[in-house]
Amino acid sequence: MNSRITDRIATGIFYTIAAIMVALLLYLFYFILSNGVPQISWDFLTSPSSAYQAGGGIRDQLFNSFYILFITMIITVPLGVCGGVYMAEYAKPGKITNFIRTCIEMLASLPSIVVGLFGLLIFVNITGWGYTIIGGALALTIFNIPVMVRVTEDAINSVPKELKEASLALGITRWHTIKTVLLPYAFPGILTGAILASGRVFGEAAALLYTAGLSTPTLDYGNWNPLAENSPLNIFRPAETLAVHIWAVNTQGLIPDIREVANGAAAVLVIAVLVFNILARWLGSVIHKKLTASK
Amino acid sequence: MNYTADRPTETETEETILKKAASHKEIVLDVKDLSIFYGSKEAVKRANMGIEKNAVTALIGPSGCGKSTFIRSINRMNDLIPSSRAEGEIIYDGLNILRKDINVVALRAEIGMVFQKPNPFPKSIYNNITHALKYNGQKDKQALDQIVEESLRKAALWDEVKDRLHQSALSLSGGQQQRLCIARTLAMEPQILLLDEPASALDPVSNAKIEELILQLKEDYSIVIVTHNMSQASRVSDKTAFFFNGDIVEYDDTKKIFTNPSETKTEEYISGRFG
Repeated sequence: MNSRITDRIATGIFYTIAAIMVALLLYLFYFILSNGVPQISWDFLTSPSSAYQAGGGIRDQLFNSFYILFITMIITVPLGVCGGVYMAEYAKPGKITNFIRTCIEMLASLPSIVVGLFGLLIFVNITGWGYTIIGGALALTIFNIPVMVRVTEDAINSVPKELKEASLALGITRWHTIKTVLLPYAFPGILTGAILASGRVFGEAAALLYTAGLSTPTLDYGNWNPLAENSPLNIFRPAETLAVHIWAVNTQGLIPDIREVANGAAAVLVIAVLVFNILARWLGSVIHKKLTASK
Repeated sequence: MNYTADRPTETETEETILKKAASHKEIVLDVKDLSIFYGSKEAVKRANMGIEKNAVTALIGPSGCGKSTFIRSINRMNDLIPSSRAEGEIIYDGLNILRKDINVVALRAEIGMVFQKPNPFPKSIYNNITHALKYNGQKDKQALDQIVEESLRKAALWDEVKDRLHQSALSLSGGQQQRLCIARTLAMEPQILLLDEPASALDPVSNAKIEELILQLKEDYSIVIVTHNMSQASRVSDKTAFFFNGDIVEYDDTKKIFTNPSETKTEEYISGRFG
């Protein structure tokens, strides 16, 4: 077999693999959307779920998903970015840094059900909060921080050395250089990391089962006082997210329209993730353009 | 070291007169027994050199001879390399700037540096210049506008960019980018300008513009330039130091180095026999 044929075969294999990936994704989308979209209606999106009767919606679950995402990112992004900056700029190469890096990688590979049980112990029982949004968000933070740290570190390390030198040589401190040169340049990479982390938050069920719980109190969307029991903004209330709802309906639902609700919820979840990704990328590119004065 | 001027038999040629005049020049940087190590490797070995005020000093020598390490130690850029270590003294303004308690940030504002590869920030032309000014607390829009114009004029770039100050600096050509980097450094009003092979990545036309610029800037600044280009060194500099294997083999007036060097090693290098 000559090298030209080998080359062709290799190229063919890679194309096939790429095609399989695309086909898989398309089929999944087709399957989820074709089953789910017919179930989606305005009523489905805006009414609370029901326990026994058919015709329940996913209003609260949808809100909870976004709200837990929001709270998680508020905690994860600053901590993760700071951790990444530390690893990229301040940590001296050596045993301690390697140890920290190993810890971060271990944290990232913890099974989410384990993180959920750990959350149950710490954020539910020891704190005495019970099932809460903040407990869920903290559990999600545990396995999203490593992703953010890693992505931030890589993004900062990918900034050309010359740019950092340029800023330091002008008599600018390291911190100001990080703030005004390195972070803006690394922004697209960090944003990608944040989007990846968000996707995991949207889809996560196992870690939330035992931390944010399987129920949602009756909510009054007119009540914006975050301390009120029935306020959607209260972070000390239980909150079932969309992903958890899909799992719960499928495994222990008593409603007659389990299939319909689960399919509809799955479709909404997929669409929400998609829309969120597109919006986040669009916003990111707008901010990046503003920071770098590029067109 | 050159003792010829002290010999009574020697008549005062034009050259020795020039040398006498030069020796009266003020020294802005006094390098004493400077050694720089990377780990255990000694990259610069006990260098001694008085760098003159308002003159251009060229550092020449083959790759890896220590000239870049030397120039980068003057504004402490070597601090960024964790394994590097410096011994000896560099006296600037009566202070040894290698001391641990020196405010490196303030030092770098006074001793500016331009690098081999043009490295503008991925920001607008205007913001490239105001970047460091804003950090130093200059917020007044009018003052900033004025400094931007002045520094761009000094770097001979104003006419080419005055209509597009708010476009990305990355839209400029390589030569323009390098002049922008010089303008950005000048905006800090440094005393000394360190140029580390500023023209080696540029085309001949841009190269000539940078050289012209260096000759103009000499009026107001003391300039140290590392260059691989021998004819460039002979065109722009007043003094030249020849580095080899971490040693300063010879340091003298440029004219002397290029016409009648004292060391055979220098002669071999400038005549292109190695390096």
